[in-house]
Amino acid sequence: MSVDMSQFFGVFFEESQEHLDTMEHLLMEMSLDDPDPEDLNSIFRAAHSIKGGSGVFGFDALTGLTHVMENILDLARKEKLIITRPIVDQLLITIDRLKIILDCYQSEEAIDWDAIQKEIVALEALLGPKGGANSDDEVIDEGFGLFDTVVSGDDDDFGFFDALDEPPAREEKSYGFYETDEGESKSQTSEPEELDELAYALSDDDFGFFDDEPDASPIIENTTDKKTNQETLVSTQPDAKTTVQPSSPAANKNVASAHAKTVPDKSDSAAKKPKIDAKESSSIRVDTMKIDSLVNLVGELVITQSMIKIVGRDVHGEVEEKLEGAIGELSRNIREIQEAVMSMRMLPMSFAFNRFPRVVRDLAGKLEKEVDLVIEGGATEIDKGMIEKLVDPLTHLIRNSVDHGIEMPNIRAAKGKPRNGTVVLNAEQRGSSIIISITDDGAGLNREKILAKAMQNGLPVNHDTPDAQVWPLIFEAGFSTAEAVTDVSGRGVGMDVVRRNIESIGGAIDIQSAHEKGSVFRIRLPLTLAIVDGMCVSVTDQTFIIPLTNIIESIQPSKAQIKTIGNEQLLWVRGEYWPLLALHELMDIEGANTDPSTAIVVLVETARKRFGLLIDALEGQQQVVIKSLEQHYKRVPGVAGATIMGDGGVALILDIESIAAVVTIPNQTELTHAG
Amino acid sequence: MPAKVKDEQTVSDSQQEFLTFVLGEENYALDIMTVKEIRGYESVTKIAKAPPYIKGVLNLRGDIVPIIDLRIKFEVGKATYDEFTIVIMLMIGDRVVGIVVDEVSDVIKVDADDIRPAPEFGVAFDSAYLHGLTTINEQMIILVNIEKLISSDELGLYDNSQTVEQG
Repeated sequence: MSVDMSQFFGVFFEESQEHLDTMEHLLMEMSLDDPDPEDLNSIFRAAHSIKGGSGVFGFDALTGLTHVMENILDLARKEKLIITRPIVDQLLITIDRLKIILDCYQSEEAIDWDAIQKEIVALEALLGPKGGANSDDEVIDEGFGLFDTVVSGDDDDFGFFDALDEPPAREEKSYGFYETDEGESKSQTSEPEELDELAYALSDDDFGFFDDEPDASPIIENTTDKKTNQETLVSTQPDAKTTVQPSSPAANKNVASAHAKTVPDKSDSAAKKPKIDAKESSSIRVDTMKIDSLVNLVGELVITQSMIKIVGRDVHGEVEEKLEGAIGELSRNIREIQEAVMSMRMLPMSFAFNRFPRVVRDLAGKLEKEVDLVIEGGATEIDKGMIEKLVDPLTHLIRNSVDHGIEMPNIRAAKGKPRNGTVVLNAEQRGSSIIISITDDGAGLNREKILAKAMQNGLPVNHDTPDAQVWPLIFEAGFSTAEAVTDVSGRGVGMDVVRRNIESIGGAIDIQSAHEKGSVFRIRLPLTLAIVDGMCVSVTDQTFIIPLTNIIESIQPSKAQIKTIGNEQLLWVRGEYWPLLALHELMDIEGANTDPSTAIVVLVETARKRFGLLIDALEGQQQVVIKSLEQHYKRVPGVAGATIMGDGGVALILDIESIAAVVTIPNQTELTHAG
Repeated sequence: MPAKVKDEQTVSDSQQEFLTFVLGEENYALDIMTVKEIRGYESVTKIAKAPPYIKGVLNLRGDIVPIIDLRIKFEVGKATYDEFTIVIMLMIGDRVVGIVVDEVSDVIKVDADDIRPAPEFGVAFDSAYLHGLTTINEQMIILVNIEKLISSDELGLYDNSQTVEQG
């Protein structure tokens, strides 16, 4: 091929990654007793697509391995091979190997051919006895396989280019190949049923192609490329035919199917909106950079809107009313645009969750434990950037739950628990937060061990320290209560990295644990990283933003509500003492109102603590765009970021979570007795 | 006047262009390639617990940019702010930072041969942050290695001394 193929590598890598994930996911879900033929087909198709693509691009390592894999899967879906656990295991290992190879190709590193050869041998070993018993099968299969490499490569190539070629396919119908398609597609439009029948009549393979189609999402490319792409397409097509001709009869059967494959595929694009799969052409791959710049622009729009609002204050009379109406309309529209733009960045949590069944399975196998992973709320949507940063902490927490939380089956049985431990991974949206929890029904955290370790590390704890303050100790650096360092966990570096990672995306983590009942790790994350609803508050002439999610209420306390214990001020609200922090002290501002009874107290809460924040005045509620301080400066304690106000000035957004860290919770009962 | 700048002359390899500015009564110069823009001083948003020479942050067309006052840091002149106070916005690596100066005077071209090593004393800046000295119109000008200074641990502007290209 004369065309520079490297421009399509990116798409191939991305798609192959998706195919591998699909395969892994389906293999994990497959029930061994009664495998769903459709699942087997999907797995087969995924392997097939990778093989085809890699063949076209000359990634021989991928082609070789997927080819053997495909043989096994093909036998399985034809019910000539019973899928057993060892087979699934081996296939999963192969998928891992394929991922490594893919990475190697992507980063242009050397391929470990020996390892691949070993995988191939291991895979063929699965086929071995079968092939010996039924040599006929073997021959046909080989024929299929060999031939398929060529045709499928071509046909997948076709699939690849399809998206790119779509417009020319409709515009320039002079190429022989398209003509056929056109004819076919016309027949489809007139008699859709016929096509359906055709599709069914052919092997599952081609029908599968439809299912596959959404994966090959249309790609927007330079129009200049289209012509060359098409030429590639046309030049390869005859190749396929000629290669195919001298094949065995068995292969010839496949020629037909291979050709037919392209028919529905092509008619898809020609008929534009096929009835078979409405999802086709409903998605489009866009560079995240473009979405990010859109998010930024919407941010600027929010700022501009608040500017207009400020200018609007100087307008009076009849115009004022009109202006107010228009601004109201504008802000509604902006909010909708913002939601739409943000939703583009949103991905379902399942993108992160889907890898965990595998993690749990492998780990449980290694530890000889029996663990079921239950995933709930995989459809909950979350910012893409956050998903990427969540994978590592979640993996660690889940491994932790399986390794430390869930007991060995016989111990569980002795305790009267079911032998199978359960880990529940849940995601849900609450207001503008996402809560992800990892719940296990294991032994729970060992309070004594943690305390002993904490004392050994010189942390300020004693035997009366409440649970709520004991559990977070496991997030301290160098803290591991595991008796032995395994290759799974126990080095004591993990948990503190987990917390740091979660805090770096504006989240918080807390733990609940009950002895012999299990533990819950709960991660609370903001829905988005870009825009926050906030309350503007002022201290002297400075404005600060408190995220609305943290605010419970704002009050002006009476003198009687203020108690002073030592240097600490406490606020008595509805039968509870709240620690009181002065924002002007936190932020080093002079000349602020220090008397809580004439100032305002904002009651705020975090996942763990509640306290009052003393400020001078409330200025109003507003959406603010979070700008990074770190981009040109550094992280400031107690500050989550900055924002630009309507007047062009900068206001700091308070990080209530980190401010809460300095708050000491008063002992309620003691105070009540004292008071 | 051999040292007089000839504006028409193109900058040769051995020549470098500097922007001269005044702190107190001393003349300084910094590499003009680091200058993003020059603007008047406007009020900034203070940052809690920052050293006094970090005046705060301001909004530079959507970016939150820190402003530092070298007069306070190096105790030269008086840190007064009026309508003549100037902020030089610098682009150091990919970070933007503003420095407050009393006056911006000229753009000069300096030949590498004309740069003499800075003395170890007598200058407010540590000699590590200086390219050297040069004389223009019999006036001593201190050439500051602004990139090194801004990204230094001493200013503490960035976390864990970011790797910024050295000039």
